[in-house]
Amino acid sequence: MDLSFTPEEQAFRDEVRAFLDESLPEELADKGSNAQELTKHDAERWHAILNEKGWLAVTWPEEYGGTGWTAVQRHIFEEECAMANAPRIVPFGLNMLGPVLMKFGSEEQKAQILPRILDGSDWWCQGYSEPGAGSDLASLKTRAVRDGDEYVINGQKTWTTLGQHADKIFCLVRTSTEGKPQQGISFVLVDLNTPGIEMRPIRLIEGGHEVNEVFFTDARVPVSNLVGEQNQGWTIAKYLLTHERTNIAGVGFATRDLAKLKQLTRTVKRNGRPLCEDAAFMSEVTELEVDLEALRITNLRMLQQAKDGAAPGAESSMLKIKGTVIRQGLSSLYRTALGPNAAPFPAEDRPENQLCVPEESVTAAASYFNNRKLSIYGGSNEIQRNIIAKGMFGV
Amino acid sequence: MDFTHTEDRRMLSDSLRRYLAEQYDIDTRIKVAYEAPYHAPGKWREMAELGILSALVSEAHGGFGGAGFDIAVVFEELGRALCPEPMLPALMAIKLLESCNETDLLNEVVAGSKRVALAVYEPDNYDTLDTLQTTATGEDDECTLNGRKSVVYGAPGADVLLVAARSSDGIGLFATTSAEVAGYAMIDGGGAAEVTLTDAPARCLSKDAPDQIEAALNAGRLALCAEAVGAMDVLVGMTVEYLMQRQQFGTPIATFQALQHRLVDMAVEIEQCRSIVILAASQLDSEDGARYICMAKNLAGRAAALVAEEATQMHGGIGMTWEYGGSHYTKRLIMLDHQLGDRFAQLHKLVTAQAA
Repeated sequence: MDLSFTPEEQAFRDEVRAFLDESLPEELADKGSNAQELTKHDAERWHAILNEKGWLAVTWPEEYGGTGWTAVQRHIFEEECAMANAPRIVPFGLNMLGPVLMKFGSEEQKAQILPRILDGSDWWCQGYSEPGAGSDLASLKTRAVRDGDEYVINGQKTWTTLGQHADKIFCLVRTSTEGKPQQGISFVLVDLNTPGIEMRPIRLIEGGHEVNEVFFTDARVPVSNLVGEQNQGWTIAKYLLTHERTNIAGVGFATRDLAKLKQLTRTVKRNGRPLCEDAAFMSEVTELEVDLEALRITNLRMLQQAKDGAAPGAESSMLKIKGTVIRQGLSSLYRTALGPNAAPFPAEDRPENQLCVPEESVTAAASYFNNRKLSIYGGSNEIQRNIIAKGMFGV
Repeated sequence: MDFTHTEDRRMLSDSLRRYLAEQYDIDTRIKVAYEAPYHAPGKWREMAELGILSALVSEAHGGFGGAGFDIAVVFEELGRALCPEPMLPALMAIKLLESCNETDLLNEVVAGSKRVALAVYEPDNYDTLDTLQTTATGEDDECTLNGRKSVVYGAPGADVLLVAARSSDGIGLFATTSAEVAGYAMIDGGGAAEVTLTDAPARCLSKDAPDQIEAALNAGRLALCAEAVGAMDVLVGMTVEYLMQRQQFGTPIATFQALQHRLVDMAVEIEQCRSIVILAASQLDSEDGARYICMAKNLAGRAAALVAEEATQMHGGIGMTWEYGGSHYTKRLIMLDHQLGDRFAQLHKLVTAQAA
C-alpha cells in the first residue's frame, strides 16, 4: 500500500504546472475562475496551445499524435488544469470520436478525420439523444435509409452540446427496425452543412446557450461516412461510453470549487463575523471536504484497477455518482454563502461593478442551476445505479 | 501508487479471517458477547498465539507491525466477524505501553497472558482530555488515584487498567490493579465497565502524556473505522442475498429498482469509507494524521448509520429479530459511532481547526 506518486509522476506534475503557468492565457483562466461562458474562439485558442505542446489528445496513443499518457498522467493533467482554471478540452472530437475511429474506423477515415480534430479544422458534436430516447437510448428513431451511395436521414437529435460551434456531428441512427432495437443502430458521420439539417438553440435553466436540437429532413450523406458495419452502432456507442470516460469523478474541479468556497467563507460575513466562523455552515462544507478526500482516493484506486486491466464499469459509475453529487453540493453551498447577494440575474445589462459580491461570485447562482445537469447527463445517476446494481444482483 | 497490501498483511488478514470463521460463527458470537466476561478468554489466548496482538506492536518493541495498515487489516477482519474480543482496548494499551517503554507489561499483553484496558473518559468528560477530573497524587510506584471513569471498554476481567488522570504536571498515565470495576454488556455486545477509583494505589507511567494518550485514541479511532468497513461489507452482502431470496408479488424483491438503487448507494459509501480508511491509515503517524483520522471517523459514522438503517429497512421484519445475524451487525455499526467521539465530535474538531 503506497499512496504516493512515483518521482516520474511527480516530475510530470511539475512539468504540467510549469506549462500552465507559462502558457495558459490570463484571460482564459479569469473566465474559468469566474465560471463565465467560453466563446468558440476561447476554446479553439486553448486547443491550439495544447496541440502545439502535443498535449491535446490525452486519450490517444502517440502514433495518432496523442500523448500516450497513462491513466495516472491523465489524472494529474486534469487535476492541474482544473486547479489552474484552464478551459475544459472540448471532448466530442478528441475524447469521443477519436478513440471510436481508432477502434472501428476505416484507414481512410482515420487518415482524413483524426488530423483535422487535432488541428482544430473540424469541431465535432454528438448526436445521440432524441426527444423520445434519453436513458433508453436504444429506442432512438432517427432513420437513415440507404439510397444508392447515400443514406437519407430523417429525424431529430437533442441536447447537442456546443452544436452551435460545430462543423460536423456523429450520430446514432436507425438503419433497421428488425430484431432487438439495439441491433438496428448505425454510427454515421454527418457534415452539418448538408442541406436538410437545421440546428436550433435550447435555452437552459440559468439562461445560457449550451445545448441545441438538430433536425434532419431528407439529409443525404455518403455511405462512406458509416463507421464500422451497418447496424454495429450500439457496440460502438457502448465502447465510447465505457472506455472514454476520463475524469468522470471530476476530482480536480471539485478541489478547485472547494478552495473557492473556503476562500469565499473568509470574505463574506454572517452576523458581522466571517462565514468561516459559522459552525453550522462550515459543518456542511467540511463534510463535503471529507467526501471529496475519500473520492480522491477512490478515484486513484480505480485508476489503479484500470491500469491493472480491469474493465471499467461499476467503478466509473460510482465515481460519476459521487463526483457529481459532491460538485453539486459545493455549488449549492457557494450560492448559499452569498446570501441575498446571489440574486442578480447575470444578464448583460447588470451593473457588475456595483454589485456587493466579489467579481468571481456573480455567476454563483447561475452555476448552481447549470450544475444540476451533472447528475443528468452522461448517463443519469439513476442509470449509473442500474449499472452498479446489475453487477451486485446479476439481474 | 499501489493499493495492494504487502504479502505479510494479506497473510495476516487471511489467517485471521479463517480463524474467526471457524471459531466465531454468529451463534457463538452472540452467546459470548453478552455473558460476563463478554468475550472468550480461551479464544483471546489463541488469537495472541496467532500473532494478532503482535501485529499491532511495532518492530522497535518486538512486534511485527503496529502501522496504520496493520491496524486496518486486523480490525476489518474483526468487523467482518463481529468479533467481541477486546482488541480495541488492547490496541490502545499497546500504543501507550510502547510510548511509555513499559516493555515487561507489553510483552505480557502480546503473549495474551495479561489483558489491559484504557480508562480515559468520564461521565461528563468524553470529548477532550482537558477537562478530566480524576486525580493522581504521589510519585512513581506510590501514586493514588481518585475519580470515576465510565464506559471503559474491555475492563471486565482486565488484569490492569491504564488510567488517564490529572497529576501535578498535567494529564498523566497510571497503571492500577485496584479499581472497583462494575462490568456490563454493551447493547451491541462486548464488555465495558464503570470504574470507581477510591484512593486506588497506582504506578505512574508518565506524569504528563496527553499527546501519547491522544495518539492511542487515534489508533483506536482508525481501528473503529476499519471495523466499520468490514461489518458494512458483510451486512451489505447479507442484504443482497436476502433481496435475491425473498419473494413478494411473485418475484424476488431484488428486482425492484427502488431497493436496488438504495443498495447501490450503500455500496458507494462503503467504497468511500474504504478509501478514507486507506488514507487515514497511511497518515496515522504523520503530522496531519489527526486530521485524517477525524475525517475517517466522520465518514465512517455517516456511512455506518446509512448502511445499518437501510439494511434493517430492506430486511423487513426479519432484520428486527434478535435471531437474525444481520441485526447484530446493525447494532455494532450504529454503536461504534458512539465510541471515541462520534461524527459530530470529529466534525467539530475539523471545523475548529479550520477556523483557527
